[in-house]
Amino acid sequence: MTELSHLPATPRTGLRRWYRGRPALPAKRVQFDQPLLPWLFLMPQLAVIFVFFYWPSAQAISSSFYLEDPFGFGATFVGLENYGAALGSGEYRKIAGFTALFTLLVTVFSLGLGLLFAVKADKIIRGRATYRTALISVYAIAPPVAGLMGMMLFDQHIGPFVTLAGWFGWNMQVGIDYWDTAFALVLVSVWKQVPYNFIFFLSGLQGIPASVREAALIDCRNGLTRFRTAILLLLAPTAFFLLIINITYALFDTFAVIDVMVKDKPANNPITLVYKVYSDGFRGNDIGGSAAQSVILMVVVLILTLVQFRWLERRVHYG
Amino acid sequence: MASIQITNLSKTYPGASGPSVADINLSIRDGEFIVLVGPSGCGKSTLLRMVAGLEDITGGEIHIGDRLVNRVDPADRDIAMVFQNYALYPHMTVRENMAYGLKNRKTPAAEIEARVAEAARMLELRPYLDRKPRALSGGQRQRVAMGRAVVRQPAAFLFDEPLSNLDAKLRVSMRGEIRRLQKRLGTTSLYVTHDQLEAMTLADRLVVLNGGRIEQIGAPLDIYHRPASTFVASFIGAPAMNLLDAEIAGGTLRLGTVEIARIATAAQGPVSLGIRAEDLSIATQGLPFRLDFIEELGAQRLVHGHVEGQPLTLSLSPDIAISDQMHLAIRPGALHLFDTNTGKRLSLPESERQQIHAPA
Repeated sequence: MTELSHLPATPRTGLRRWYRGRPALPAKRVQFDQPLLPWLFLMPQLAVIFVFFYWPSAQAISSSFYLEDPFGFGATFVGLENYGAALGSGEYRKIAGFTALFTLLVTVFSLGLGLLFAVKADKIIRGRATYRTALISVYAIAPPVAGLMGMMLFDQHIGPFVTLAGWFGWNMQVGIDYWDTAFALVLVSVWKQVPYNFIFFLSGLQGIPASVREAALIDCRNGLTRFRTAILLLLAPTAFFLLIINITYALFDTFAVIDVMVKDKPANNPITLVYKVYSDGFRGNDIGGSAAQSVILMVVVLILTLVQFRWLERRVHYG
Repeated sequence: MASIQITNLSKTYPGASGPSVADINLSIRDGEFIVLVGPSGCGKSTLLRMVAGLEDITGGEIHIGDRLVNRVDPADRDIAMVFQNYALYPHMTVRENMAYGLKNRKTPAAEIEARVAEAARMLELRPYLDRKPRALSGGQRQRVAMGRAVVRQPAAFLFDEPLSNLDAKLRVSMRGEIRRLQKRLGTTSLYVTHDQLEAMTLADRLVVLNGGRIEQIGAPLDIYHRPASTFVASFIGAPAMNLLDAEIAGGTLRLGTVEIARIATAAQGPVSLGIRAEDLSIATQGLPFRLDFIEELGAQRLVHGHVEGQPLTLSLSPDIAISDQMHLAIRPGALHLFDTNTGKRLSLPESERQQIHAPA
């Protein structure tokens, strides 16, 4: 009866295999005459990872234990003092809180809107190419340009959003009022990320066989229930991938947007942790403190990613 | 369970020059097994999908039972469909796949449990209930797809080429299983296939479609023995019916220089002469036949050659000796005559035909 049960479990791939400590099972063993040749092929990739990830990370970790002279005249070992200073500061905790809120809002809204647009665009038959291009084209805009456009849209004197808010009695003061600025930052960041999610969700939707959708059409009358129980679960691999990408985006890649929108504004504007790392290190010249903060951020992201793989990926079905 | 009434049904896709399905009139009795058969592009799937509600109806009406369903949602038509590529939900187990449609219809849990168990027993799926579809073989997947239809206890089953993705051996056994299941449940069924053998073996009544129109409706053997047109004659039956260019002149049917039969008719001129491969036999005199090649099928052999410059196939028992030049006789009453231009069957009273060359 169970002709498959004697087979070994399907080898797991990537990180999944690594963190559960299973041995790696190569799909195919290739023999090279020269043992160094594979390494040669791997070199460019390894070099890039080393130069742009491991080396700076090691630098950051070592700097975080020193109090460095801003002009490079030596450094004093201070142990964990930089970490203590960061975590002990009320300002740091406030920014950490805002970062969490910002990441949550940006991720939820950009995933939600991306999915909504994808589902709607998937249904359109006439002129679908036009709609898709229109939705995707925003992704071609560079983050600083998006930030600049956001700044214009929310400008105190010429910004149409400020005028619009005014009609509803909202005296919007982006760059002065903390929450107004936060609102603008979230809006621009979401706007920038929606097309990316849209592309992935749309291709995910098109990967679902037409007959499975039709079977669901016969099995379930209610469109929303049908979407939730049949379609969305088939999109789970895409959604899981996008969740990780979007959290990373909100944490790190929104830097340029924030930089353009709050740089020349008065203090007390909402910023995220990565922006604080930058401003403390390069504006405040506190290299050690900034390095400690970036190490904290790295650890947080590492934990977050592991938790996602451990708890969420189990529920994801790869077709 | 219910009858299905299809009246003047037509379908024209937007932007298409002509209709894909036109003037379909079909009355399906309660419990009947109807097979729609035809070459690809003949509109058989479109017709089935219109009954299912997956395709809009351009014109005409479909009644399931007493209800006009033209504008009824597919989920409310009380039908269940089995798809060619199974269309199982990959993220659900076999049990969940079968229960899904019932759960969405607010069927009580105990009832769902009982129906799934019954279907699993009937289809021998019990050992696989907690597996995901990807851990099943093609035949098992198709059984799950059928189980999903069975548990619904619908008014009608719709099958869209359900066996096309299976290998030849499995196809034959699944064919038997579908037939047995349908007989046992007595559910009205509409089955689409391009395989004429599948069509012949499954159907209570066959509907042969060509170019979006019904070419002939009838019991499989009626269609086999009295095809309404050259299209049906060449489509139903393997090997295909031999179709030869012949002529009626002065009450005599001639194939080239050979006289085949005397026919009491006033008709004159060219006709298409149809002869089934098994209605031909070797004789001492008759149609002069030149052998080309032989296909051995084991129980019988297909002998290909020419008569009067026209290709002809006959089916013979393997123990009959064959030579390069032979004479053939036609079984009495086995001549089919078709209009050369329209391809329609010319009906002639049996008694008015007189065979010239009887079998030896």
